[in-house]
Amino acid sequence: MAADYILQMQNITKSFSGVKAIDDVCLEVRCGDIHSICGENGAGKSTLMKVLSGVYPHGSYEGKIFYQGSEAVFKDIKESENAGIVIIHQELTMIPELSVTENIFMGNEVVSKGLIDWDEQRHQVSKLLLSVGLTVNPDTLLKHLGVGQQQLVEIAKALSKSVKLLILDEPTSALNEVDSANLLSLIRSLKTRGITAIMISHKLNEIAAISDAVTVIRDGHVIETYPVVAGQVDEERIIRSMVGRSIKNRYPEHESHPAEVIFEVRDWRVEDPRIPGRLLCKDADFHVRAGEIVGFAGLMGAGRTELMRSLFGKNYGIFKSGTILLKGNEVKLNSVKSAIREGLAYVSEDRKNLGLNLLDSIAKTTVSANLRGVLRNGLIDRDMEYQAAEEYRRTLGTKTANVNALVSTLSGGNQQKTVLSKWLFTEPDVLILDEPTRGIDVGAKYEIYSLIHKLADQGKAVILISSELPELLGMSDRIYTLFEGAVTGVFRRGECSQEELMRLMTSTSKKKGEEGQ
Amino acid sequence: MKVIKKVFGADLKQYAMVIVLAALIIIFNIASGGKMVTPSNFQNLISGNAYVLILAIGMLMVIVVGHIDLSVGSVAGFVGMITAIAARDFNMSWWGAVLVGLAAGVVIGAWQGFFLAKLGIPGFITTLGGMMIFRGAVIWISKSISVPAPPELKFFGTGYLPEWGPAFTGLNNSTLLLGVTAFAAFAFMQFRSRKRKAMITGIQEPVWPTIVRIILIGAVIGYAVYLFGSGRPGTSFPVPGLILVILIIVYHTITERTPFGRHIYAVGGNKGAAALSGVNVKKVYFLTMLNMSVLAALAGIMFIGRSTAAGPSDGISWEMDAISAVYIGGAAVSGGIGTVRATMIGGLVMAVLNNGLMLLGVGADRTQVIKGLVLLAAVAFDVYNKTQGKGSIIGRLFPEKKDLSQNITS
Repeated sequence: MAADYILQMQNITKSFSGVKAIDDVCLEVRCGDIHSICGENGAGKSTLMKVLSGVYPHGSYEGKIFYQGSEAVFKDIKESENAGIVIIHQELTMIPELSVTENIFMGNEVVSKGLIDWDEQRHQVSKLLLSVGLTVNPDTLLKHLGVGQQQLVEIAKALSKSVKLLILDEPTSALNEVDSANLLSLIRSLKTRGITAIMISHKLNEIAAISDAVTVIRDGHVIETYPVVAGQVDEERIIRSMVGRSIKNRYPEHESHPAEVIFEVRDWRVEDPRIPGRLLCKDADFHVRAGEIVGFAGLMGAGRTELMRSLFGKNYGIFKSGTILLKGNEVKLNSVKSAIREGLAYVSEDRKNLGLNLLDSIAKTTVSANLRGVLRNGLIDRDMEYQAAEEYRRTLGTKTANVNALVSTLSGGNQQKTVLSKWLFTEPDVLILDEPTRGIDVGAKYEIYSLIHKLADQGKAVILISSELPELLGMSDRIYTLFEGAVTGVFRRGECSQEELMRLMTSTSKKKGEEGQ
Repeated sequence: MKVIKKVFGADLKQYAMVIVLAALIIIFNIASGGKMVTPSNFQNLISGNAYVLILAIGMLMVIVVGHIDLSVGSVAGFVGMITAIAARDFNMSWWGAVLVGLAAGVVIGAWQGFFLAKLGIPGFITTLGGMMIFRGAVIWISKSISVPAPPELKFFGTGYLPEWGPAFTGLNNSTLLLGVTAFAAFAFMQFRSRKRKAMITGIQEPVWPTIVRIILIGAVIGYAVYLFGSGRPGTSFPVPGLILVILIIVYHTITERTPFGRHIYAVGGNKGAAALSGVNVKKVYFLTMLNMSVLAALAGIMFIGRSTAAGPSDGISWEMDAISAVYIGGAAVSGGIGTVRATMIGGLVMAVLNNGLMLLGVGADRTQVIKGLVLLAAVAFDVYNKTQGKGSIIGRLFPEKKDLSQNITS
């Protein structure tokens, strides 16, 4: 057991209902390093960190974890925190209505004589805030801080727990340039205090700037792990290992035959419902042909989902201006109902919260967006419903014993097929698929890809939003890139490599600076 | 087990409460020395609880959509009072007064629906306000004095169907006719649905489960006809019971077979997904609240018919009985789950408890305690089973076997 490793994870395998999310993964982190983990969405990074921090308790995975030289058997997060492992999640987990002090000491209050010692807490908090470079009153409510400041409070909270190993899951994904730079320099300064950090990130420039070691994970396997010198990291090498599998095997062969333009959007402008004056879509322009698969690429916060939901019957945001042309005719889609009637369908990225009613059966879900299709004399005909559900179960190959089973009993891939059934039953001309393969296993992905091809062959216009660039490149006939709500470019199939797109997307921040002036 | 499933359908857990109800009736009947299962007691049981069960129908829909209505008791009392005052002080005919009362129900429902749907104020608060407003209003307009109800309303509150035809049946012939009609309708629908299923889905079910179902229902209906029809002359299946049965059929159909019904479950199950499937969530909220108040108005009118006068304290704590019925019937507090049928069984469990304990001479105080415990037990049982991933008593007695070939039952 080498003493200079703070953490050694050996042969970790974790599977969910038979599907291996991570498979035989080994990870070694040296004391005092900033160790970056990169990989696409769904590669298994977060699962690995959850295994480490005890979210998945000891015994629910295979393999061994050695922490500070001895084997770690964490039953829950509390135990791993006591050992000095603190994870800062992508979504912040603090309470907006409480003050900075209260948040930092949540569950960990300084108590004297059975009561909270506020003076002592404030005193400690001022010191902690100083050490993360935050100058705010400890009594400020958290909701009055910016996201970047909240992130710093999270780190202060970790410090209050005398953290030894800090795990940051996409820490800068919601931050702007200045805040990101601040945070990175803070992480670097923590290193001098003997705190080891594991950083999960998509942003190669950040990884390159501060890492001492890099591990690339793909499809649940470690592809490579090696020490680097901060500032001299070969980004190309990381990109290659991240995307390195051959697209040919993952995407079915297909040749599209685009026909006339059937869906066109002009000068689409939508305001953020939460922040007045902020535009989610800035005069977006695009078109889709019948039988064409059009991809939309963009980073988190680029407004892909917001754009599509605002097009889909103004389901999101405050509509400002813009026109939609369906088959050359201008249409006004003021409600989801009218959008469905005009032949639009939108498969949400958020299957559990916006796609499915988990209390429903497969049959009821299948007909739920088009109840008219099973009406007889004004009443829902159960037999027609059953038949429709059976038909889509067969054509999509949904694996279930019975269409009367609840959708909650299905696996992610089969739930997604049920959602697709629901939208196909509305017989759409334009099908918007928002991250259609998120959270489903490789085999089911392939089936969904084949289905998308089949739909395009039937002459439907397919819009595909995906955060996985290989997926966009493997599936799309054209790709639009979105940045901050504006369409910034369009590529034809084969006109750009994934490296090119990846570089474009990891360096769009430069553009932001130009646009800001 | 397979035989039972063929007859009753794959989902047996919905019958757990039916068994509890039957057990309660039998136990009380034995304990009270046969006072429970008599024509007059059952006639009373039905007409004395019809108004609460009507409230429970509306409440079920409100709870499924994800809200709650605390105001129904006050609204029922208020509408009863308006109806009585309209008849007495404005010389309206009884049906004019009833129309005024129902119209008041519509206006109140629109008022509450407005706050919930348009302003987004949770149903709990909207109707907590309504509970106070309409309780205050009923005392205000009545000056705390009872107002006599139009005597014609007695027919709807506690009346009986007419006597006619030959006496050799030994039964009230209206009740008999009702029973025969119900039986014929049930048998007809069973055969028709079997035929349609074969035609549309191509699944030809054996005929015997249908026959067994029809015979079983026939036995139940037959016994009910005997029980309600063999009372003292002039009595029959009570009119409020008939109104209730009609409403159950109508609302069962609305909740299970209409787009609006599906939308209620969709909104209660997942609001965001419903909105993205083209459901107008606000409209569903509004109509559900509107419907609830109209049913509360109807309940209030039936009640003043039964008690022959509208009193300032009519309807106090009715909302609690209605809500209990819904939860005993297995509805989910978080919305999305619950059926009209199960709610009616839940309401009958409460009614039989009330009635049985009264027959045994148990005081109102202890009855209240027992009812509270039963509510807790029923819901705790439900929650426990859900966390265990098992169905119910029946689900436990007969563990489910995986049967892939059995693609459809019932």
